[in-house]
Amino acid sequence: MEENSNSSTSDILMPTGESLVVSSSPHVVSPERTSRIMGKVLLALLFPLAGGIWFFGWKAAWVVFLTTVFCVAAEALWCKLAGRPVRKTVLDGSAAVTGVILGLNCPPEVPFYVPLIGAVLAIWIGKQVFGGLGYNPFNPAVVARVGLLIALPAAMTVWTPPRGMDKDFPEIKEFRTPVDAVTCATPLSIAGNTPKIKTNDFFAHENFKKIDNPELLEKYFWGVKGGCIGEVCVPAILIGAVLLVCFNLINWRVPVCYVGTVAVITGVVNYFYPGVTPSPLFHLLTGGLLFAACFMATDMVTCPITGTGCIFFAMGCGIITSVIRIWGNYPEGVSFAILFMNALVPLIDKWSGTRPFGYVLKRKGEV
Amino acid sequence: MNKSTRSVMTFKNGIYPVYHGKELSEGAATRIAPLLARYTVPVAQNAGKPPEVIVKAGDKVKKYQLIARASGFVSANLHSPVSGEVKGIIEVPGATGVPAQAVEIISDGLDEALPPLPEIDWKQADPKELLDRIAACGLVGMGGASFPTHVKLSPPPEKEIDTLILNGAECEPFLTADHRLMLEDPHAVLAGAAIMSRILGIDRIFIGVEMNKIDAIEVLQEKSASYGVRIVPLKVQYPQGSEKQLINAITGRDVPAGGLPMDARCVVQNIGTAAAAADAVIRGIPLVERIVTVTGPVVKTPGNWKLRIGTPVIEAVRLAEGVTEEPGKLILGGPMMGFSQRSFDVPTAKNTSGILLLSQDQAVNYESGNCIRCGRCVQGCPMHLMPCALAAAIESGRFDIAQQNHVMDCLECGACAYVCPAKRPLVQHHRRAKAEIRRQMQKK
Repeated sequence: MEENSNSSTSDILMPTGESLVVSSSPHVVSPERTSRIMGKVLLALLFPLAGGIWFFGWKAAWVVFLTTVFCVAAEALWCKLAGRPVRKTVLDGSAAVTGVILGLNCPPEVPFYVPLIGAVLAIWIGKQVFGGLGYNPFNPAVVARVGLLIALPAAMTVWTPPRGMDKDFPEIKEFRTPVDAVTCATPLSIAGNTPKIKTNDFFAHENFKKIDNPELLEKYFWGVKGGCIGEVCVPAILIGAVLLVCFNLINWRVPVCYVGTVAVITGVVNYFYPGVTPSPLFHLLTGGLLFAACFMATDMVTCPITGTGCIFFAMGCGIITSVIRIWGNYPEGVSFAILFMNALVPLIDKWSGTRPFGYVLKRKGEV
Repeated sequence: MNKSTRSVMTFKNGIYPVYHGKELSEGAATRIAPLLARYTVPVAQNAGKPPEVIVKAGDKVKKYQLIARASGFVSANLHSPVSGEVKGIIEVPGATGVPAQAVEIISDGLDEALPPLPEIDWKQADPKELLDRIAACGLVGMGGASFPTHVKLSPPPEKEIDTLILNGAECEPFLTADHRLMLEDPHAVLAGAAIMSRILGIDRIFIGVEMNKIDAIEVLQEKSASYGVRIVPLKVQYPQGSEKQLINAITGRDVPAGGLPMDARCVVQNIGTAAAAADAVIRGIPLVERIVTVTGPVVKTPGNWKLRIGTPVIEAVRLAEGVTEEPGKLILGGPMMGFSQRSFDVPTAKNTSGILLLSQDQAVNYESGNCIRCGRCVQGCPMHLMPCALAAAIESGRFDIAQQNHVMDCLECGACAYVCPAKRPLVQHHRRAKAEIRRQMQKK
């Protein structure tokens, strides 16, 4: 330690204290912002979007563009009418995220009014009537998707054949609808239309062979299948999901438990009754399961806060999805499952709250 | 580093501040502040009852002379940091925002000290004698809470104590005072630890130090064996230096809710307090000065200074050669739990670990947005509460719900408000609820 040499006091700048702000601690905050979180989600969504564009062409991009623009516009309009700050609300990026997710949930070629109605459903009915970002009990994009599916079933089930289908599926007639050459069926809708064989014999095993065989499963994995824009390209979805987990934006338990539950249930049913439902791998690789498990069920606002809660939530989603897919009328059950479990989130939160520190006296490993 | 680094201990949850700011001052050796012409020594520098002032205007005092006597058991003596004349008892800005009484002493420039108290051979001495010396020298917890040290060292007889933990975590960003102390005066820290353990009659002593102070860990480890002290490297994680989290990290024990460290058979002391205890027992001098970090992005030359208590903050800033621009915030303590000040006239006290000046850009009050239920506050809460849910209840005035959900266990460490992406004032809500609930309980 040394004596402070403090001689030149003349030319130092001393604070006057004129602009001191007094506030409660903490005085520093992390750089994380809601808008940054939404930005990172958008970044992760680019991957499934790119997959969709690759397989369906620029029409897919146009659909996503329309849903995004309409969602942002719907949000701005609502804020304007409700007297809320327009700029701040739009810039938090949540409407854009909803728009992109909704777009990725549409078939590649939908008429322009589908994105428009979807955006209004998502932003107004799904989100703003409840009080805006953070207060919506249901995932707005799922609300819109279900609404569109029920209101405009025809427009929402026109599937464009993906790139590579003509070459790779010359022999499978089922994928082609007989009336025109520009649409196709999805593997799930074919599975849904296949009569169930409730035995465990040779015919049962052969029941889904046409759409559920290793060669085709590989095609499904890369994205060669009819479906919504975002849900076809599995590698792109996985990259996006890994990004989300790395950014700490989603709880990894949700996709893992969701997909795992579906795999277990369909696996068990498929093992005993192979004529009732295709193999679990088929269920994983087709339809919106993977996309929804990674991008829709994981929505921060509408899934439970704690890890335990997320496990219950995702298992519930998985059970409902499996039940609808195996025994329901709809070929796809993901949206309904998420919507239903969203409604249970407040209850799950209540049951799965954290145990505060200090409420158990002894623990294992105590010194 | 040797085997102890293999298992770096920590607690569950907590946050990792991205910007530590310790690099500003951790390399600056402690310098002794020159004598000032005037000191304003706050009277109430301890938790509990403030001491009773025993000097009046016109009195001549010497350095180390008692100027305020402890007014009960939970109270601490106060000594003059300088020789000179008492000008009066004045009102100064208090560190917590409430105006405080202070003894104004004008230095006579001689810095005459009373002869130190006789050295006590602490290895042989009666624990009672050591405890009395610590009480006589006016020691308080120097980490921030300023609880009188002799009270903490005399747990009720029915409480069994088996562990003494010295808190060298210094988990607050920017602060480096404890770091420098451990580096420059390890013997005082270790001797203080041994003295305190003798008072408590135990031999399990740990010093927890965060891994961002590897040099201090090495220095302490080298010298710790002869004092029977174990050095525990801790993960760099906020709030590692909170008593309950520190006990949990080092011993694995949970302090029961609403309880004190002694309910987990532990006593926790700041390492600065330990060094002050060594000074009191071995050198016989009372607590009148401490190391203070003067730092911040707008401070010209951040560093660490040994400041006498009662040094006006403006003088400390002068030691650091002033500022590069007009600061937007003056904080006593760290940025996470420190108190922002209205004026540079506020004096330092026994618990002032840092003087932090933030720029005007950093001093903005953030506009808060809607909770998006991201759960970062839940992941960050060291008490495993759910700050987002608590805040929602508090915002609708439902203090009863907040109380049911254990808001009273909140440490007010600020981790939740730090991580919140919507910049919601979570910990501020908790403070309000705690105050409101306490008020309602008093009414009943």
